[in-house]
This record gives sequence, C-alpha cells and structure tokens, in this order.
Amino acid sequence: MVAIRYETPRSVSEAVRLMAADPGARVLAGGTDLLVQFRTGVRQPSAFVDIKRIPELMSIAIDAHGLRLGAATPAAVIGEHAELRRLWPGLAESVRLIGSTQIQGRGSVGGNLCNASPAADTTCALIVNRAECVIAGPNGERTVPVEAFSIAPGRTVLQPGELLVAIRVPRPAARTSDAYLRLIPRTEMDIAVAGAAASVTLDAAGLCTTARVAIGAVAPTALRVPAAEQALVGSRLDEASLKRAADAASAAARPIDDKRGTTAYRRTVAGVLTRRAAAIAAARAREQGSHP
Amino acid sequence: MSPTELDTQAPPFAEPHVADQTADVALIVNGRALRLVIDPRVTLLDALREHLQLTGTKKGCDHGQCGACTVHVGGRRVLSCLTLAAAAQGQSITTIEGLAESDRLHPMQQAFIDCDGFQCGYCTAGQIMSAVALLQEPCGPDDDDVRESMSGNICRCGAYPGIVAAVQAVRGRRR
Ligand SMILES: Cc1cc2nc3c(=O)[nH]c(=O)nc-3n(C[C@H](O)[C@H](O)[C@H](O)COP(=O)(O)OP(=O)(O)OC[C@H]3O[C@@H](n4cnc5c(N)ncnc54)[C@H](O)[C@@H]3O)c2cc1C
Ligand code: FES
Ligand code: FES
Repeated sequence: MVAIRYETPRSVSEAVRLMAADPGARVLAGGTDLLVQFRTGVRQPSAFVDIKRIPELMSIAIDAHGLRLGAATPAAVIGEHAELRRLWPGLAESVRLIGSTQIQGRGSVGGNLCNASPAADTTCALIVNRAECVIAGPNGERTVPVEAFSIAPGRTVLQPGELLVAIRVPRPAARTSDAYLRLIPRTEMDIAVAGAAASVTLDAAGLCTTARVAIGAVAPTALRVPAAEQALVGSRLDEASLKRAADAASAAARPIDDKRGTTAYRRTVAGVLTRRAAAIAAARAREQGSHP
Repeated sequence: MSPTELDTQAPPFAEPHVADQTADVALIVNGRALRLVIDPRVTLLDALREHLQLTGTKKGCDHGQCGACTVHVGGRRVLSCLTLAAAAQGQSITTIEGLAESDRLHPMQQAFIDCDGFQCGYCTAGQIMSAVALLQEPCGPDDDDVRESMSGNICRCGAYPGIVAAVQAVRGRRR
C-alpha cells in the first residue's frame, strides 16, 4: 500500500503552502464525504490536509454586516447557534438536514460545498441568502458567489492549491426570511430527490419587494430560478403568484431519470417544494413584520 | 503496535507528530491518556477495536450509514468509522466501556435493559452512545423528537419502541 501523509496546518497560509506543494493532497474537513470516497477507492490522495486545527476555519461570527462561517465548522455547532437560526432559519434547516446528528458532529458546510454534489443540502439555502465563498490560494484571497462555485457534479472553481476558508452571508434586510425544503424517499438519512430554497423581503404593506429562489438535485448544479423570483416580486405572495413561481421552477428543472425519481416526478416535486418554501419564507417574514 | 500508557503529568498534547508516514497520536480514551503510533489511514473505530482492544464499539457498515460505531469525541457524538484516529489527536473520547462507574451502569444502560431496548445487541452500544449525547442536545420533548434525533442509529432487530421508551425514561418523560 502506498504511504500517505497526514498534515495538520495551524494557519490558512500553511494549508495553502501544503496544498500547492502537492497536487495529490486533499483537504480533510469532517471527512464524511472524503473518507467514504477514499474507502471505496474513488479518491486516493497522497496526503490528508486536516484543516480542523485552523481556528479561523472553525468559527461562527455574526456582526452588523452578516455572517462569516468558518468552512470547517461542524454542522452540529451551526445548528445549535441561536442567533444564526433566528436570522437565517432556512439556512439552519438545510444544515440540520445533513445526515444524522453524528454526521453533523464532524461534517461541515465547506465540505458540503466542495464535494459539489448536485443534491448537497446547504447549496440552495446559501444561494438564496446571497452567500459568497471566501477562497485562499497561492495568489491571495478571492470571493466567488455560491451560485457560481460548483461547475459540474463533483467539480468546483477551486484551483490547485486553493481552499475554501469561509462562507460570508450578508445580514438580511428588515422583513426578510428564508426556508429550505427537500424530498427524500425515507424520512431521514437520505439524499434529496429534489430541494428548493426561497428568500423573500416584504415591504411594510406586505408586498414582496425582493425574492430569491434556488432548486437542487434537479440539474448538474443547484440552479437559481429568476423566472420564479419574478413571479413573486410585486405580489402579496398569494396562491396565484406562488403557483406561478412553482411552474417556473418546474420549467427550469433539468433532472435526470434514476431509481430515486423519474424526470417528470422530480420536475413536479421541484415546483411543489418551491411553492411551499416560498410560503414558509413569506410567513416568517410577516411574523418579523408583526414584532419589529 | 500496542498502545503505551502516558504519564498523566506530561504536558498537554500539541499536534500529532507525523514522521515516515506514521502518525503518533495521543488520545484520552475513557479518561486514560494513551499513545498510538499508527498509519494515518486508521480510523478511530479500528484504533479502538484493533489497537486498544475496546471492542464494545461495533462496526456495522463502515460507511456512516448505521450508527453502530457512535462514540463521543470532545463531548459530541460522531461516527468513529468516518473519523481518522489522527483527527482525534489530543481529544477526549468516550466509548460504551467508559459509561458505567465500576459496577454501576449508566442510567441509560439500565434503561435499555428495563425497557427492552435491544434484541441481538449489535446496534446497542451505538444507540446508547447516541442516547447519552442526546441528553445534552437541544432535543424537543416528544417521542417524535427522540425518533428524529436517533435517526442515525439503525436497529436491524427493530427494537425502536424500547429504545424510544428508554430515552424518554431517562429524560423523566413518562408516556
Ligand atoms: C450517511 C451519510 C449521510 C449524508 N447525508 C447527507 C445529506 O442529507 N445531505 C447532504 O447534503 N449531504 C449528506 N452527506 C454528505 C456529507 O456528510 C456532507 O456533504 C458534508 O457536509 C461534508 O462535509 P465534510 O466536512 O465531512 O467534508 P469532507 O468529507 O471533509 O470533504 C468533502 C470534499 O470537499 C473537500 N473539502 C472540504 N473542505 C474543504 C475546504 N475548506 N476547501 C477545499 N476543499 C475542501 C475535500 O477535499 C473533499 O473532496 C451524507 C454523508 C453520509 C456518509
Ligand atoms: S459502522 Fe460507522 S456508521 Fe456504520
Ligand atoms: S438489537 Fe439487533 S440490531 Fe438493534
């Protein structure tokens, strides 16, 4: 068996140096995707670069600008963070859906994004919240919106030597909220057949002024659905506009046909979940409006 | 390689010293400070079972699906089959062997016996480790909240009603 190294950088710059020096090295965060891939022979890295000893990557900070989420922070820690759950309930829901509590004890949002599964649960919720990826590499730091981070199943914009350091989410405006829903064949511990997230902002009179909609597991990467957003903006988020948004999401979906769902089924479900997620986000935003 | 008992007066562990592609890993397992020199690919599950002879933690799927291998690392429940031993460097680990105090079972262990929370027993160590961790987590009061929180632990024998009863008994929620 070929030997493998285990590296434990203490800083982002040290991690970047290690990654740049060895193209065969792989970042290890929670390992809940990577170790499965390693064990089944899908990935055979020359080194594991354990990023969980870099304090910056293991932190949650919320200030007037918004959230900075260290890429390797365990999902369980995120799911228990009261202020994060209050400000971004849909994002917190998506994190709390990842596997079991034990998977969440080590699994991270950074790993969820970097693994780049089309069905990854946090992607849609991050997209509707305008989240950005903060990336460090040999040439310094850059940011990429989450919606542009994954380019194909299993592939991201990360270049050799780069790593995802943090996810930044701007603070939501007044009367803004979000929601994320997915459909799985079992009630727990399964991969989404389809998922949908919505974020809506209401004015004082209850009209929707801004909306973001994203759908997952129905295309090679998560998709933003501008047509669904347009159906919601300017409306009171009544049944008719929610139905138009659902139809737009179904039309935008480009799902595969497999044992877990046919193309037609996934298309329909993407619409249903979009309608329900938008309705939940709207109810949450109205609730905020009633106690400012 | 067999583990060496560490001098507990030794300074706190810094980082795993990695040389010649082996990892020198210091762990505190059920309160005992131990040192292992192992291949960095060794999972915490294999380290416990094969190197430390702590076979109470079970290997069901080795892929994160079943929960049989659940242990606590740094106070949180994790899957030891998806955790490399080297990643647990310097951490405090509790396994099923560490719950009882000499002859006195942990209340959760006793409740599993009292409530018929198992049949063959293969999943039980993992179930109990999850159930003990659940007591410290923000889990809602109802049976359904317990089912949701225990959903990462599969029981091939279907002892679920007894498992939920045991957890609720320890939480003081009569049903
Ligand atoms: C039983 C089971 C159930 C699951 N259920 C779900 C589910 O319901 N929903 C879901 O979305 N996922 C699920 N997953 C998949 C997995 O748990 C998640 O994707 C998790 O978020 C991965 O995070 P991690 O920290 O463990 O990543 P790792 O496994 O450590 O890393 C994943 C990949 O990303 C790379 N990587 C990680 N962090 C970085 C970084 N900061 N910079 C650059 N590259 C990086 C790694 O090199 C690797 O290729 C499940 C997995 C299992 C085993
Ligand atoms: S053996 Fe670890 S989850 Fe099944
Ligand atoms: S008691 Fe047999 S698997 Fe649970």
